[in-house]
Amino acid sequence: MKEDEGKYRPLSYFQLMEVTLRELLVEKGVLTGEQIEAEVENMRSRTPERGGIVVARAWTDAAFKKRLLENGTKSCEELGLDLPALKLVVVENTPQVHNAIVCTLCSCYPRMLLGIPPDWYKSRNYRSRMVREPRAVLAEFGLHIDNDTQIRVHDSTADMRYLVLPMRPEGTAGWSEERLAALVTRDSMIGVALPESPGKTA
Amino acid sequence: MPDVAFKVGQRVRVLDRNIPGHVRTPHYVRGHSGTVERLCGTFPNPEELSKMRDGLPAQPLYRVRFRQRDVWPDYAGPAVDVIEVEIYQHWLEAA
Repeated sequence: MKEDEGKYRPLSYFQLMEVTLRELLVEKGVLTGEQIEAEVENMRSRTPERGGIVVARAWTDAAFKKRLLENGTKSCEELGLDLPALKLVVVENTPQVHNAIVCTLCSCYPRMLLGIPPDWYKSRNYRSRMVREPRAVLAEFGLHIDNDTQIRVHDSTADMRYLVLPMRPEGTAGWSEERLAALVTRDSMIGVALPESPGKTA
Repeated sequence: MPDVAFKVGQRVRVLDRNIPGHVRTPHYVRGHSGTVERLCGTFPNPEELSKMRDGLPAQPLYRVRFRQRDVWPDYAGPAVDVIEVEIYQHWLEAA
């Protein structure tokens, strides 16, 4: 157990604002406590594994991949992933093009597929530098992209949300979708990393 | 709804203007030219939505692709690098 667990700490500004707003909504009858709990649980249940399912299917089914790149939202629904209000654009990595995603204006993120965004995605540092010096930022993530490969940065400024379809790692011929999905990391679907190499999970 | 004014592959310029409020056009592409990559559909204007209005007529929304070296004169990467940004039609003119 950590030392400070269970000790009183004053609420931060934003925590206080959240509690105040939540209590007001319940008090005024706009929402019930149960509805809020259910939505929080729902948000917690969304994890990057959902995105991994989509990527693994695209790696194993060329017709699905084609549909996915044409209409991301509809194709995910085919897999039983309900994506309310998400207009998904899937961008494909190839030997010639590496895609990466950022939201410079706020922190738009495909939460329905990747869950709650990591803190660095929302940081001013990532948001301002990813558009201006993507190669330097990717290098800080340990990802070095060849100068012959185009880097295509996607700034999700408006109504669309983006998911990177990484390249299927070599040495995975004949693998099942389930096994492939385990290689697909959250960061590889944001475009700041590559999928795990097959040796690591074998 | 305004007609869809630009085609895929067409050169467009982002208007260089400043208006207050909830604007989804990043400053760093204002005044710069790029190429229409796709039409995303039509969406209520967020500048109006933020004022509790209906945002209609809905605006065509495009993905515009810019060369990084056009956007950042001191861009350190190779000439092939690009950035794509979603821009509403009322922020674009033919280039």
